[in-house]
Order: sequence, then structure tokens, then C-alpha cells
Amino acid sequence: MIGRIGKWGFISLLFIYLYLPIVVLVVNSFNSTKSGIRWGEFTTKWYSAMWNNSGLMDAAMNSLLVATVAATAATVIGTLAAVALHRYRFRGKGALNGMLFVVMASPDIVMAVSLLALFVTIGVQLGFWSLLIAHITFCLPFVVVSVYSRLSGFDPFLIEAARDLGASQWRTFIKIIVPMAFPAVAAGWLLSFTLSLDDVIISSFVTGPSFEILPLKVFSMVKVGVKPSVNALAAVMLLLSLIMVAISQFLLKQKPSA
Amino acid sequence: MKARDQFKWVSLGLLTTWLVLFVLFPNLMVVAVSFLTSDVKEMIRPEFSLDSYAKLIDPLYAKVLLHSIYLAGVTTIICLLVGYPAAWLISTCSKRVQGLLLFLIVVPFWTNSLIRTYAMKVILGNRGIINKGLMELGIIDSPIRMMYTETAVIIALVYILLPFMILPLFSAIEKMPNTYLEAARDLGSTKLNTFRTVVWPLTLPGVISGCLLVFLPALGMFYIADLLGGAGNLLIGNIIRDQILVARNWPFGAALSVSLIAIMGLLMWAYHRANTSVKEAKA
Repeated sequence: MIGRIGKWGFISLLFIYLYLPIVVLVVNSFNSTKSGIRWGEFTTKWYSAMWNNSGLMDAAMNSLLVATVAATAATVIGTLAAVALHRYRFRGKGALNGMLFVVMASPDIVMAVSLLALFVTIGVQLGFWSLLIAHITFCLPFVVVSVYSRLSGFDPFLIEAARDLGASQWRTFIKIIVPMAFPAVAAGWLLSFTLSLDDVIISSFVTGPSFEILPLKVFSMVKVGVKPSVNALAAVMLLLSLIMVAISQFLLKQKPSA
Repeated sequence: MKARDQFKWVSLGLLTTWLVLFVLFPNLMVVAVSFLTSDVKEMIRPEFSLDSYAKLIDPLYAKVLLHSIYLAGVTTIICLLVGYPAAWLISTCSKRVQGLLLFLIVVPFWTNSLIRTYAMKVILGNRGIINKGLMELGIIDSPIRMMYTETAVIIALVYILLPFMILPLFSAIEKMPNTYLEAARDLGSTKLNTFRTVVWPLTLPGVISGCLLVFLPALGMFYIADLLGGAGNLLIGNIIRDQILVARNWPFGAALSVSLIAIMGLLMWAYHRANTSVKEAKA
């Protein structure tokens, strides 16, 4: 009995800690008083303030653009790579796996420094392209891992059957493997999209003044002080992430259909 | 090239090219730069020097670096002390409840960490929800100053990084065969002893990968120190950013970055060792 109370007490405290700040933030985004401590009355004015802030909206569009392209590219490369890593044995496979693991484990700041060093040396203008390359790089391993683990649950005879019936590798990839691995591919895309939208550390190194993106804009806004329109923006972004994670969890739970 | 192999070469070629160009090569460059001389005009002078590494142990910086390591270390320990029982308790739930709880752990992991740090500011401020609540209850008369303190940075780091500890711990605990626990109990081992001699060694890979995923990012998350820490509680990430983006001292920034890579290597080696010994124990 005491064990049960202790267990659920501990778990409840944990979740209060994880969720209280988020809840307070969302509640405040509807609060008419500016200080955000005392409840005034229900309002959506911060949302319209956010919507009418053109600088903020431009940054949001830039972020969505980078996130969409980066997630798509990372998903294409990552899915191809995962299939190849799963199917073939070759020299250097361990090294490739190792590098993917290193990218995942290495702190953002290390990747930020190294990519900036590269861009400065080869003379890439900091902005859209440098951001895109950086975002594809940090998303890539997550797609590979997500797709690879899905492939491990496959029936290998399906692929052999396709080959025996004369399908080329590419055809097998497009007609058999991608549809079967679709939930993991989609989840990889969603995760990449979210990671790209959220990244502060790497982006702050590899973007230039001409191309402003949302997290950095938010960062410069909240450094100065608490602004209610940031609450509104935060609530929108939280909702977006929540939808993404819900879809991806749903997709990953799907049993392989074939 | 045979048509049959085209798929293999294209897919592996893309991945390899990408990783060599944007991971391996840039990192080697950083290592190289860290051994060069800094130059005010040209940023770096191609002249071998260990000045940047000497700077790491210069008391001026060493103090800040040690404090940063201390902040990240305390964060890691708290995450482990909270995360281990949390992962354990979740693993004792039914599969349905487990799924729900894990989902709830994953959600914050996916939601914007900058925005969650900013939310922490609202909670911890002098007129934030904690101070307001304590004052309303009559426990304190004047607000406790939490913002811009060590505590604020640690609370926020734990808040952001806790899921990174719980998830690998959970999967390590899940993988542990139940028969081991039953055997230990049947042989009359006390709970504490079972934990020490069976559970802990078997879950050690999870512990190490959790620590890796908490400790290293904690050193780098400069925006947390910017928003909540104040000048006295800088993280290594703040110093790297300032050295590279503001002071333009590339060799020193690179040396700091290399020392993070070194710590990462050390932790990965420990993870590898622990994993091998678990496999041997199970075999």
C-alpha cells in the first residue's frame, strides 16, 4: 500500500516538474495582464500581436522552409542509407555506424564549431544553405536509426521474392521497402522537422544576419525580458510539437502490415 | 559498375560523402585549428602552438571551466538519482500504462527546449509562481532570489535533460531478464545486495549512455546560462560561443571544443566496456 502511494507520488511529482512550466506558459498566453503572475481576464490579444509582428512571422516562414527541406533531404538520404546498411555487408560498415553514433551523441556546440569552421574555410555565405547543410547533418542519424530498426522486423523473403521476380534494386526499394517501412520513414521526417525547428545552438553559429529563423528570434526576444507575444508563440510551437510527437508515436506503434 | 550494385553504391556513397564532408573533415579541422596560433587580424596564424591548451589550465579560465563542469556534473547526478527510480517504476507498470508514461516523457523531449527554458524563467522569477505561492501561504515574507543563480541553472538543466536519462535507463532495465532477479531472490540475496551485484552492473550501459546524453549537452547549452544563470554561472558553451563568435579566438574555441570531444570519447569508451562486460555476463 505504502509502496503504491510512494510509486505514484514519485511519478506524479516527476510529471508536475516536467509539465508545470509548460502549463503556466500556455495559461499565461491567454492572460490579459502583462506581468503574467496575476490573472486578469481571458484574451487572445497576444496571439494577434504575434500574428501582426512581421519580423516574427518572417522568421517563422524561414524556419518552416529550412525545416521542410532539411527534413526531406535527411529522410531521403537516411532511408537509402538505412536500407543499404541493413542489407549489405561491406568494409567500413562499422566506421559508418560509428560516425552516425558520434553525430547523435556529440554535443550540439561541437558540431556548431566544426561546421562554422568548414563554412568559413570554403567560403560559404552564412544563411539558408549553411543552415540547411547543418540541419540535414544533425537529422540524418535519427532517420537512419528509426528506419533501420523498422527494417529489422521485416520478413527478408519478401525482398528475395521481389528479386526472383526480376525487380531491380531500385524498384524493390520503391515498391516494397519504402511502403513497408513507411511509418518509420514518416516518423523520421517528423522528428527531423521538429529537431530543425527547435535547434538554437547550431543555428546560432551557422546563420547570418540576412536570414533570421524562429528559435534565434525568440532567443533575442526573451533575453531582453518576458514578452506576452512570446507566450503566444510558445503555445503555438508547443501545440505543433505535440501534434508531431503524437503522430510519430502512433506511426511507430503500427505493426508491419506485410 | 554492374546495374545490380548501383543501388548499393549510390545509397552508401551519399551517406559516406555526407558524413566525411560535414562531420569527419570539419572535426579534423577543429582539431588542427586548436594547435595553431590565434591572430587578431587573420583569426588564425598557421604556426604550431599549445597556447590554447595552456589557456585551458590558466586560473582565469580554469575556474570558469571547473564551475561549468561542476554545474553539468551536479545536473547529471540529479538526473541519475531521479531518473533511475523513475525508469524502474515505469518498468513495473502494465504495458498500457508504460506506453502512456513513456509518451508523456517523450513529449517534453520533443518540445522546444528554448521555450521550456523561458517557461522556467516564469516559474523561478522573483515574482514567479514559486515565490508567489510561498508568499501567499505565508511561508516566506520576501521573494527568494532564484533567478541568475547556480540553482536556477541546475533546475533548468535537469528539467531539459531528464528525459535523455530516463529513456536509455528504461530500455536497459527492460532488457534485463527477470530470471536474474528471481535467481538472486531464491538464493537469499537482500534487495540492496541484488541491486548492487546484479541490477546495477546489468544496467550500467544504460547509466553510462544516460550520463553521456546529459553531461555533454549540459556543458554546451549556452542559452540556459544566458537566460537563467547570469555572469557567474557560465557554461563551457557560453565560453566557446564568445571565443568564436565575439572574440574571434578560433584556436582557443577549437581547443575547448576538442576537450568536449575528448570527454565524449572517454564516456563512449566506458559505454563500450560496460556493454561488453554485460554481454559476457549474459553469455
